Amino acid sequence: MATKAQSAEGPETTDSGGDGFRRRDFLNIAPVAFAGVGTVAALAPLLVQMAPSADVLALATTEIDISKVQPGQGIKTQWRKQPVFVRNLTPKEIAEADAVSLGDLRDPETLAQRTKPGHKNWLITLGVCTHLGCVPLGIGDGENKGPYGGYFCPCHGSMYDTAARIRQGPAPKNLMVPDYKFLSPTTVQIG
Amino acid sequence: MSFSWARPYEPKHPMMRWLDERLPLPRLVYGAIGGGYPVPRNLNYFWNFGVLAGIFLTIQIVTGIVLAMHYFATVDGAFNSVNGLIMRDVNAGWLLRYAHMNGASFFFIVTYIHIFRGLYYGSYKAPRELVWMLGLVIYLLMMATAFMGYVLPWGQMSYWGAQVITGFFSAFPIVGEPLRVWLLGGYAPDQAALTRFFSLHYLLPFVIAGVVILHIWALHIPGSGNPTGVDVKSERDTLPFHPFYTAKDGWFAAFVLLLYAVVTYYAPDYLGHPDNYIPANPLATPAHIVPEWYFWPFYAILRSFTIDFILPAKLWGVLAMFGSILLLFFLPWLDKSPVRSGSYRPVFKRFFWLLVIDVVILGYVGGAPLNWWRTALGQIASAYYFVHFLVILPLVSAFETPDPLPTSISESVLHGEAAEAAPAGQTKPRRGSVATAS
Repeated sequence: MATKAQSAEGPETTDSGGDGFRRRDFLNIAPVAFAGVGTVAALAPLLVQMAPSADVLALATTEIDISKVQPGQGIKTQWRKQPVFVRNLTPKEIAEADAVSLGDLRDPETLAQRTKPGHKNWLITLGVCTHLGCVPLGIGDGENKGPYGGYFCPCHGSMYDTAARIRQGPAPKNLMVPDYKFLSPTTVQIG
Repeated sequence: MSFSWARPYEPKHPMMRWLDERLPLPRLVYGAIGGGYPVPRNLNYFWNFGVLAGIFLTIQIVTGIVLAMHYFATVDGAFNSVNGLIMRDVNAGWLLRYAHMNGASFFFIVTYIHIFRGLYYGSYKAPRELVWMLGLVIYLLMMATAFMGYVLPWGQMSYWGAQVITGFFSAFPIVGEPLRVWLLGGYAPDQAALTRFFSLHYLLPFVIAGVVILHIWALHIPGSGNPTGVDVKSERDTLPFHPFYTAKDGWFAAFVLLLYAVVTYYAPDYLGHPDNYIPANPLATPAHIVPEWYFWPFYAILRSFTIDFILPAKLWGVLAMFGSILLLFFLPWLDKSPVRSGSYRPVFKRFFWLLVIDVVILGYVGGAPLNWWRTALGQIASAYYFVHFLVILPLVSAFETPDPLPTSISESVLHGEAAEAAPAGQTKPRRGSVATAS
């Protein structure tokens, strides 16, 4: 491998500085590194284009009128293209939810933690099963509420209680409570 | 390509010689699927299914390109473009759509037979490990393509299939939910998801075609396996691919295409779900949601985890489902028996058929509504699937005494003039021949 150029460079005239690296190594590494970083940077737009676009994010808030929902009833609405369950709990359902000890829950949360202060009867959750995303039954009149009186997911049999907490079946989490606030006693803004 | 006696390409026409000297494409074809590829002479009909898979891939690409000319990838237009425009208005649109729908099912049918052929005859063993692994890559790509294609008509099953299958990714801790949103381009399946699924559904079949070329290339280095699993030793063991196997593949392809035509014309929706003729409704999930039949065994494995054990049940289900396919990549090293063919492995053979029954049970459980006994059956069958590959196969390959192998392929099929000419039942079994072994 000893080329004429290399053999001409004696140990005393080498440009390695004694640490084993040659100037040519730098010339080899620098453009490859430059091209590598550039290629990775060029990939960025190809990756970020997959994330939710501005028009999808523009649907981030939804206002709903809850004045017509009587105790024991619920409505299904949409937020960010996902179903939302708004349920006006009866005193009996609230009592049932409060009677459960947290130690029995897979994802321990009290009903008070899942509702707003002063609005404990308004249970607002996503209607998206935390297993694989089906819409559970139980919000409409006459639908199967499951053995815990909340929601029942027909896809894989997850059962939720009156505070929409997971009680049985494959789902790992309670139905998600979105960010929301009461704009007035009868209007809720989700998101 | 593979053996010293493989006939080299000799152009007959001056035009072909001119072409061959500049671009040796005719030479490539002749060596791959022509008279220049020597194939073991004892192949049975299970060796026809690779060619059949190639035929169905071609059918899918051709019908798919044509359907894409009439399809609208919009959430408002997709359902009507498939069920209104293509099925009613486009000339022969109904035929092309049904051919594409059932072509997918037949592609999976022939591929499953092809895979189980490989499992029985040890096609995954040295020196064909890469052939097997490339085949699994094709299978994974097929599953992704089929799933995304099923989403395109934007019916109820399309929509909720997209929701459930992208939901698999949310099982992974921390990165799961952001990953799901990134894949969908939104918080639920919508326009962004439909458009990208259409784009990828159009792309992936060509990627499959590319991997098929690698699969065949890797196969042609050692050459095709055969039902005895014995290596090719001389020219007596082989026949040229053309005309012998082109003829056999040809008539058998015609036979299978006849079955395909019967289903396409007389029971086009038999393998589908009626709910997919309801437009997608993001606010209501169909009561009985199941994937297409070819995913049922994996769906059964997914659903068989119902309680948390260290990890959440949901994550176990997803890991087991992906693991059930990924472990097949390690099969060449899990089954260490030097005997390839299951025909000479008395213990392996029994467990092979148990595995077939197990997968059929998984398919049944995956496709049926859940109840307590089906859940239990699915759990047992899922466990057995993993036990078969991770425990039984290594043990069998360590302790089994295989039957004696024939000394050569030609000996296993040719019994010599004396034996061939003798009256039936009056020949003595030859020592060490397949006649005693099988």
